[in-house]
Amino acid sequence: MPSTRKTADVAGSDTVLDIQGLTVRFETADGEVQAVSDLSLTVAKGECLGIVGESGSGKSQTFMATLGLLADNGRATGKVMFGDADLLTANEATLNSIRGNRAAMVFQDHMTSLTPHMKVGRQLTEVLQRHRGLDAKAALDAVIAMLRRVQIPEPERRAEMYPHELSGGLRQRVMIAMGLLCHPELLIADEPTTALDVTVQALILDLIRDVKDSDNTAVILITHDLGVVAGLADRVAVMYAGRVVELGDVNQIFSEPQHPYTQGLLACSPRLDDALGGKLKTIPGQPPNLQRLPPGCAFAPRCPYVIAACAERPPLRPAAGGGLKACVRDDLASITKAAS
Amino acid sequence: MTAPLLQAPLLQVRDLKVHFPVKTGGLLIGRYQPLHAVDGVSFDLAPGETLGIVGESGCGKSTLGRAVLQLLPATSGAVIWLGQEMTGLSAKEIKAARENMQIVFQDPLASLDPRMTAGDIIAEPLRNYHPELSRAETARRVAELMEQVGLLPGMINRYPHEFSGGQCQRIGIARAMILKPKLVICDEPVSALDVSVRAQVINLLKDLQKAFGLAMLFISHDLAVVRHISDRVLVLYLGKVMELAPRDLLYQAPRHPYTRALMSAVPIPDPALERAKPRIILTGDLPSPLNPPSGCVFRTRCPKATDICAQVEPVRESPAPGHDVWCHHSRD
Repeated sequence: MPSTRKTADVAGSDTVLDIQGLTVRFETADGEVQAVSDLSLTVAKGECLGIVGESGSGKSQTFMATLGLLADNGRATGKVMFGDADLLTANEATLNSIRGNRAAMVFQDHMTSLTPHMKVGRQLTEVLQRHRGLDAKAALDAVIAMLRRVQIPEPERRAEMYPHELSGGLRQRVMIAMGLLCHPELLIADEPTTALDVTVQALILDLIRDVKDSDNTAVILITHDLGVVAGLADRVAVMYAGRVVELGDVNQIFSEPQHPYTQGLLACSPRLDDALGGKLKTIPGQPPNLQRLPPGCAFAPRCPYVIAACAERPPLRPAAGGGLKACVRDDLASITKAAS
Repeated sequence: MTAPLLQAPLLQVRDLKVHFPVKTGGLLIGRYQPLHAVDGVSFDLAPGETLGIVGESGCGKSTLGRAVLQLLPATSGAVIWLGQEMTGLSAKEIKAARENMQIVFQDPLASLDPRMTAGDIIAEPLRNYHPELSRAETARRVAELMEQVGLLPGMINRYPHEFSGGQCQRIGIARAMILKPKLVICDEPVSALDVSVRAQVINLLKDLQKAFGLAMLFISHDLAVVRHISDRVLVLYLGKVMELAPRDLLYQAPRHPYTRALMSAVPIPDPALERAKPRIILTGDLPSPLNPPSGCVFRTRCPKATDICAQVEPVRESPAPGHDVWCHHSRD
């Protein structure tokens, strides 16, 4: 029930993941790049937190860091509490006992996320044998049941197939089945439907919704597609240049967005039901280059409402509608109303 | 806008088929089976008109675009450009015709030569077709076009990797426009771009179309984008046309069950609408184009399929002028 859920981001008794002050840096040949800056988020049991952002916004790296999956040149600081464990300081053994077991991640690329030379069934039973100590027979039974749950037709036959023998939609369902095998408390889905056709996308989103509702799993849905977020998320965090710029209840984000970037994103997305004729609204300029960020608000160079105060970095603070925003201006609602 | 056929068509495609031989089974003695990528597609395109071509992956939309340009050989059928049959033309004649037909690709960075500067990339078609132009004149036209597509003149000596995705796509668009073609085929031109840049590029394409009076084949899987740019829309499934209609008719009164399912699956960025909207669920996966279903190719996933759909291939019906649909149950 999204309407009763708190919007401001404070950890509570049903908090599954509590990220505090996460910063992710990468050493590159051109110097250090800060991909995520001082980010704090929580997600609760049975809640879907949507993470919206464009390429380079840090939305994927935040959660790669969360599960200890950063590339070798990446470094994360801050605190990421999952239960009693701080995932940033946990050793590899602890991480391995959590990943794929209590916290699972589903990636966008369903082709490269499965081992090509191993039958699908074997890849899945391995998870249960490793994390739950099941014998081969019991593991296979559980795998077939899970493949059936994610609506894979003829699960016994598919389990005997190699990944390349399955269609993209089936492979993505196998990935989700793998993520769900150990009934995780947290499922992180990174652009789970971006590589799929719309008719298949709808089925995958139904599946994720079902997991959230019936298993009370906390779901983090990372996507650039506002329509996908609108259908699934309870709360939404909008990211830009490595920071959360707006956080709020899904209905508030879509009906009364508080940050100019959120407003711009919503306005420039073509919809099946919008008015035709004339030009599409745009956000001027280019997505930010993380190596050349302005010292103040990173969105300022593209923002129509920029003022002198934007030269200093705006803190994330309470906004109208109960959410949070990182914008110094409080008079945008009246300006946009006057303009329309 | 939607009465384009009053003019003589720029492009006529008639029963176009593109089949690829695919090796199946037999390690030593290969057996070849035809893959029906495009299987009997017909349409007309008027000067200045935009025809959207939509469909899911594997429906043959990109193959269709390449076959129109003669980048791929057609298995049968005809591509008639300005009244002249293109299939069977010599390489020289095809090259001459292509001065007026250009293409913009999906991947903005991969479609630009990394060792050429932006200026050289944009100038290349001009140097190729008009070597008689002076260097100064070529440079003048490149600079003029760069300004039109929203690139700064100072960027002329930069290399593709120095540009963002949206800027690379502007270079690709400028390269396609420099010859002032009559037709540009856009193959998923905004799919690889960020949401905030996508709208800029769509507006740019519309502006250039108006300025140059060019026709476009706009190939995309994104129904919302296609709606904003197209005069008419053609829906492809497994290499065959399911429905072809003026834009407003297609979006307001789709007749084919596949078109309806596609539309119902597009997420709407509005929580209340998105969660309440009725959806048509398609079961199963896309059948293999190596072995397409008998009768109507969509019948294996169609919620309305009956016996006749397996036995008889649907013929064209026209519920309204310019609105064609291939379905046994389009009147239901």
